[in-house]
Amino acid sequence: MTPQFTLKDHFHENRLINDRLIFAAIFAGLLFSIVMVRLAVLQVVEYEHFESLSNNNRIDIEPLPPQRGLIYDRNGVILAENIPTFSLELVPEKVPDLEMTILSLATLFTMTAEEVEQLKLSVKQHRRFQHVVVRQRLSEEDVARFSVNRHKFVGVDIVGRLIRHYPQGALFAHAIGYVGRINQRDQQRIDLQNYKGTLQIGKTGIEKQYEDILHGKVGYRQVENNVQGRVVRELYSHAPESGEDLYLYLDVNLQRVAAESLGEYNGSIVALDPRTGGILAMVSKPDFDPNAFVTGISTKAYAVLRDSLDRPLFDRSLRGRYPPGSTLKPFVALAGLESGVVTAQSKNFCPGWYTLPGKEHRYRCWKKHGHGTVDLKKSISQSCDVYFYDLAHVLGIDRLHGFLDLFGFGRQTGIDIPNESKGLSPSKQWKRNRHNQAWYPGETLISGIGQGFNQTTPIQLAHATATLAMRGAVLKPQMVRARRVAGQKIMTLIPTVSNESLPMENSMHWETVIESMVEVVHGQRGTARRVGNGMPFKIAGKTGTAQVFGIKQNEKYDAETLAKKLHDHALFIAFAPANDPEFAVAIIVENGGGGSKVAAPIARKMIKQYFGMVADE
Amino acid sequence: MSSLLSDGQQSRHWGTSRFFSFVHLDGLLLLGILTLLSVGLMILYSAGGQDSGLLIRQLIRIGTAFAVLFVLAQIHPDRMKGAAYWMYGIGLILLIAVLVFGHEGKGAQRWLDLGLFRFQPSELMKLAVPLLVATYLAERPLPPTVSSLFMALIIIVIPSLLIAKQPDLGTAILIASSGLIVIFLSGISWRIILFFISVCAAALPVLWYVMHDYQRQRVLTFLNPETDPLGAGYHIIQSKIAIGSGGLFGRGWLEGTQSHLEFLPERSTDFIFAVIAEEFGLVGAGILLILFLMVAGRGVFIASKAQSSFSRLLAGSISITFLVYVFVNVGMVTGLLPVVGVPLPLISYGGTSMVTLLAGFGIVMSIHTHRRMMSS
Repeated sequence: MTPQFTLKDHFHENRLINDRLIFAAIFAGLLFSIVMVRLAVLQVVEYEHFESLSNNNRIDIEPLPPQRGLIYDRNGVILAENIPTFSLELVPEKVPDLEMTILSLATLFTMTAEEVEQLKLSVKQHRRFQHVVVRQRLSEEDVARFSVNRHKFVGVDIVGRLIRHYPQGALFAHAIGYVGRINQRDQQRIDLQNYKGTLQIGKTGIEKQYEDILHGKVGYRQVENNVQGRVVRELYSHAPESGEDLYLYLDVNLQRVAAESLGEYNGSIVALDPRTGGILAMVSKPDFDPNAFVTGISTKAYAVLRDSLDRPLFDRSLRGRYPPGSTLKPFVALAGLESGVVTAQSKNFCPGWYTLPGKEHRYRCWKKHGHGTVDLKKSISQSCDVYFYDLAHVLGIDRLHGFLDLFGFGRQTGIDIPNESKGLSPSKQWKRNRHNQAWYPGETLISGIGQGFNQTTPIQLAHATATLAMRGAVLKPQMVRARRVAGQKIMTLIPTVSNESLPMENSMHWETVIESMVEVVHGQRGTARRVGNGMPFKIAGKTGTAQVFGIKQNEKYDAETLAKKLHDHALFIAFAPANDPEFAVAIIVENGGGGSKVAAPIARKMIKQYFGMVADE
Repeated sequence: MSSLLSDGQQSRHWGTSRFFSFVHLDGLLLLGILTLLSVGLMILYSAGGQDSGLLIRQLIRIGTAFAVLFVLAQIHPDRMKGAAYWMYGIGLILLIAVLVFGHEGKGAQRWLDLGLFRFQPSELMKLAVPLLVATYLAERPLPPTVSSLFMALIIIVIPSLLIAKQPDLGTAILIASSGLIVIFLSGISWRIILFFISVCAAALPVLWYVMHDYQRQRVLTFLNPETDPLGAGYHIIQSKIAIGSGGLFGRGWLEGTQSHLEFLPERSTDFIFAVIAEEFGLVGAGILLILFLMVAGRGVFIASKAQSSFSRLLAGSISITFLVYVFVNVGMVTGLLPVVGVPLPLISYGGTSMVTLLAGFGIVMSIHTHRRMMSS
């Protein structure tokens, strides 16, 4: 190891190392310069780019859903309101592991497999930035349970929301309708921008018809989020505009009397103010609780409603098609008078049946042994079928159809509720088109008494009755009377729509028919004579009994229900006071039997309620 | 800067100078270190969500590290030569033990052992490798012969590979560079240096096959972080956003949104530099980098004034390695280098390296202060 000592040159070594130290120092300085340049590029040249990325990271624009407009009846009783609830919601794009999160939530809230599937489907149906509801109407216990575990669920949070509530429950299920979760079909017909943050949309009834007015305009707020997507603070906000409140013509008390009077029967009642067309009551039974639909009804509960033979979801008032039966007779009589086929004085003989000339077939009157000699007034008040067989026969179906068309039979009334049925008022042309068959004279006869092909919705019947009451002034049926911007005192009245009045050559024909209808209620032998007892004014009415084949029920053969389903429908139309009408009503009681026994008493109760009279025992 | 590097002030401040000579500390180096540590604590307070508990734990670490610094500063550099072989030998045994235990042990016990060992040997090696290489080369004439160069490389490569296998690539690179810096300072000819650089360049593809999958992933992510924005690229993307959005003057202390809203990962440890850049901007980050340069510069100055080749090589290596630490960390955080998991020295929280770093500076101070005593 000797060479080590001999060759060691300290001076040379020192210089060598110092040179290298200087080099290394310069090299290090160079590297640091590169770092400084890099920093300058990031922080000065690309500053704006990174500044905006930083803001995108933390700043979020959140929609503020507007408060849905309230719905009131004519007296200010609330029919649809918003109540606060807590719901658990997730935003898919903020959830790191969706599958895991859903599983953990399912465990935390012990969700059923069906609920989990429903949630997964719901996630798929929403856009990544939209709120997806995991659970609605959380209990305090649920809120507490989630709050403790909140840190485990990034992108999931409890949101306080207002949800729709119908304090009257089933009473207005069909008239007001209900709101439900926005589905894909809804998404196609709305401005998605305006519905950011909104979970519910009007599905039926007023809620659907007036969706645009009720919904309002969405607001926004800018918030700063942390990495878990939790809001740290609010930077800016633009308040939403609440939807407008609606005031209806409906009267809660009248509606309740109508619904209660119908009792256990299925059927429909539509009452309106003939002077305005405003709907005072609109009942369709059976009904359902619309509140069940607000937060999404379970498939099981929905199946029960959907598959029920009584079809509670079906709005009979607007879509139920019933043979009008004898309630059509006043209109047929008017057609006869107007076309000069009969006069108020012309008489006919009713032996209890009617035969067409040269035919054997006997068309029967409901009164087996006949009414004897009848004029127009008697034929209406006692509902003689033979008189109307003959009248219809002489008129012919096309003239009859043309006249009934004026009263809106076979046409939509245009009421402000969607999905109204047209009903059916037959003609030769119709039968040719629909069935490719010739019209038989016998079919004209039964059309004259509101049977056969004739199908009328309750709203049509009520509307026609109102037109009759107004002596030909046609007013479109209307649910909404006024709207009001939230927080303001002034209401905007929605104008009534009057169509062209019916052309009538002799206005005395109105009085002839209406007098006959007053006889129905007040005459000694009127079919509804109990209705008029002790009334301070005259009531005009007409009973009807319709053979059953009306609405299609998808029935399966079932011995017990069959018997009941074979019963006739009971009908009654009325308006009051007869000379200065304020109230018109059409009542259909499915399988109720005779119109005079079942339907007419309901009208009496409603008139008493509407005019503030003491109810019967 | 020149005043920091010169010893001219000493003649005017006898009192302090005497005190520092007596305790074997270097006042200027100490001042630089303390300034960096103070800045570090300030940033840590912000990055850690204003958690004073975090600061206290960091302060305890700093205190421990200073004790080690003080003790090492008292030891004469010549006595360290003798310790070099022992330290290196023990470190090597422990490194092997880690690998063996890592393979054989199972269950929780192993994890505890591994965790304990992994810290110790590699941190020991951070000092032992430059110390041994300096000792070995300084015993022979400089520049070193090819055979002693080969021996020195062996000294470096063995622990580096063992640590890389743990796997801890960042530490392996730092340890290798601390040894290589000694070799560089020893004055090997530029031809050999160029030869090694070309060999290394040629070996890069080979390295690709040796690397672990996650290491390859890091390299790929480094080359194009946007390919995996939520996975491996997330760190670097968020880090660049934090730095870039800081702008010239920054958002202000405690105002960094990237860090406070927790978008920036590892903000108290490896990525703390991004917090500085976000809150203090280009100006603040630049000042910090200059502080690092000044501390290292003082070390290099001390090295140049040292009286033996061993002291020069050792002090030079420790000082320049310190800069490599900084460069690797800042390069990683700014996206210049791949993410290798190296903390920012003296600033990052929980530095297992805090003790090693200050121990290194203790050695540098010892070299400086013992020199003066020898000369007087």
